[in-house]
Amino acid sequence: MFIRQISVFLENTPGALREMCELLGNGGVDLLALSVADTQNFGIIRIITSNEQIDKGLLLLRDHGYIAKVNHVICAGVPDRPLGLCELLALIEKANLSVEYMYSFMRASHEGEAALIMRLSNGEKAEKLFQMHDVRMFSQEEVDAL
Amino acid sequence: MECISRDELHKIQGERLAATVKREYENVPVYRERMDAAGVKPEDIRSVEDLQYLPFMEKTDLRDYYPFGLLASPQEEIVRIHGSSGTTGKPIVSGYTRNDVDVWSEMMARTLTAAGATRGDIVQVTYGLGLFTGGFGAYQGADRIGAMVIPMSSGNTQRQIMMMKDLGATMLCCTPSYASYLGETIREMGIDPKKDLKLKAGCFGAEPWTEEMRQRIEQLLEIDACDIYGLTEIAGPGVAFECLEKNGMHINEDHVIAEIIDPTTGKQLPYGMHGELVFTTITKTGMPMMRYRTHDICTLTADKCACGRTLARMGRIVGRTDDMLVIRGVNVFPSQIESVLVGADGVAPHYMLIVDRVNSSDTLEVQVEMTEEMFGDTVAHIENVRKYITAQIKSVVGIASKVKLVAPKSIPRSEGKAKRVIDNRKL
Ligand SMILES: [Zn+2]
Repeated sequence: MFIRQISVFLENTPGALREMCELLGNGGVDLLALSVADTQNFGIIRIITSNEQIDKGLLLLRDHGYIAKVNHVICAGVPDRPLGLCELLALIEKANLSVEYMYSFMRASHEGEAALIMRLSNGEKAEKLFQMHDVRMFSQEEVDAL
Repeated sequence: MECISRDELHKIQGERLAATVKREYENVPVYRERMDAAGVKPEDIRSVEDLQYLPFMEKTDLRDYYPFGLLASPQEEIVRIHGSSGTTGKPIVSGYTRNDVDVWSEMMARTLTAAGATRGDIVQVTYGLGLFTGGFGAYQGADRIGAMVIPMSSGNTQRQIMMMKDLGATMLCCTPSYASYLGETIREMGIDPKKDLKLKAGCFGAEPWTEEMRQRIEQLLEIDACDIYGLTEIAGPGVAFECLEKNGMHINEDHVIAEIIDPTTGKQLPYGMHGELVFTTITKTGMPMMRYRTHDICTLTADKCACGRTLARMGRIVGRTDDMLVIRGVNVFPSQIESVLVGADGVAPHYMLIVDRVNSSDTLEVQVEMTEEMFGDTVAHIENVRKYITAQIKSVVGIASKVKLVAPKSIPRSEGKAKRVIDNRKL
C-alpha cells in the first residue's frame, strides 16, 4: 500500500523554503510531514498532505513555476518501543533493500502541537533565539512522554 | 577529382597556390605590401605547407579596398559582381571573371550532385537572385548539371508551393529556416509531401542550423536535407557541401585550401581540433583570397567518407571567434555546451556560463535549469543527471566544469542574442 507524496526542487538560496511554505500555507494546503534533502547545490523538499490537498498543492506549486512531482511512498507503522525502528530496518536489510530517505510526521498528539525535529547550523545560537522568542522547545522528558 | 588521392590533391593544390600567390603579388598592391612586410616572396610558396608563411586577409580588408582594390585581373575581364550587405557601413563586393563564374558553377554542380541531383531533376531555387550569391549559385550549379531550374527567388510562399506541386520540383535550394517554414505551411495546407509532391532532397545553407532542425525539415518535407557552406569572399555557396552521408561538408579542395587556426595566435591547428576556419582560393583570378579568416569555428577531417570522396570535410559551425572563451588554456565555445544540452533528453537549452578565477586557476560553472524530466525525489537521481551532463560537457569541450542546477526560468531570456556568459575573471 502506497501513499502520495509531493517532491519539489528548490535552489539553495536564502528564503526559498520559506517562500514555498508560505505559498502552500496561503493556498490552504496543510503540511502533515515535510523533509528537506539538502546538498551543496540544491534541495529536494518532500511533502505529505491529506489526499484531497495533494492535487491542489501540486497545481499551486507548478503554477508558481516550481518543478514538482507526485511520487508514491510507503508509510510504515513502527512499534512505539525500544528497538521498534531497528527491527523494521533489519527486516529491510535482510530483504536486500536500502533506505533512500526517511522522515517523520510533524503532528504529535500533544496539545495539538506539531513536533518537528531539526538540526540548525549553530545549535547554541538557535537555542538562545528560541528562548528569546518564546518558541516552545520540547525537553527530553517531554519528547519521551509524547 | 572528388575521389583523387590526398597526395595527388596536395600536389595540385601546391601548384595552383604558387600560381595564385604570384598573380596576387604582381597585381594587387595590398598583397605585395603585406608579403614584403612578412618577408615572403612568391617563389617561397611552392607547396601547401608553405601556406602558413602567408599573411591573413580579413573582412575589413574588403571594406577598406572597396570596391575594386583587391582585383587581380583587369577590370574589363570581370563579368559579374556579387556582394553582401554588411550590418554596418559599406557592403563588401567581389568581382568574378568568366573563369571564376565557371569554377563556382562547378562547385555548386558538385554540391547538387552530392545531394542526388542529375540531369532529370527539377531544381526549385528560392534563394534570392540578386547581389546575394545564393540564388545565382544554385541556378548555375543546376544549369551545369543540365537539370531544369525554377528560379523562383525568395518570397511568396503560396506561389512557391503551387509551382513546387504543379511542376513537380524534385530538389529545393533555400535557407534552412525557409525550408522549415515551407514544410510547416505545406502541412497546414493539408498537402502530403509523399503523395502530392516529388521533392527528394534539398541543399540548405546561408545561415547556421542544427541537427534537430535537419530532422525537422526531413520529417516535414519527407526529403534528405543537406548542409552547404559558402561565402561571397571565397565564391558563394558550394565552397563546401554535404553528401548524403550527412557527416560533415566536403570542401572543394581543388579550388580552395582550408586551414584551422588558433584564433588567438594565428598558428595552424591539426585536423580534428576546433578552431577558426581559414580559406585560400587557388583557382580564382578576379578577386583571389589569401588566407581569408572566416571567424567561423569548426573542425576539419581528412578521413575518407563512406561516399568515396576523398575531399576533406568540415564539421558544423559551432560558433564565432568573438564568442570564444579561453578557459585554462582551452578554447571553449558556448555553442558547444548548448549542443550538449540540446542533445541530452529532457534538458532545457537555457544555460549560463560563469567563468571565474580562484587561486590563479580558471573555473567554469554551467548553470542549467531544472526540468520536470530531470527531477526526481532522491538526491542520487538528481546527482546522476548532474554527473551525466558534466561528463558530456567534458567530452565535448575537453575541460572539467561544475554543473549547477537552478530553478526553472531563473536564467534570463532575451529577445535577440541571449547573454550566455558571465566572465568574472580580472584579467
Ligand atoms: Zn561524403
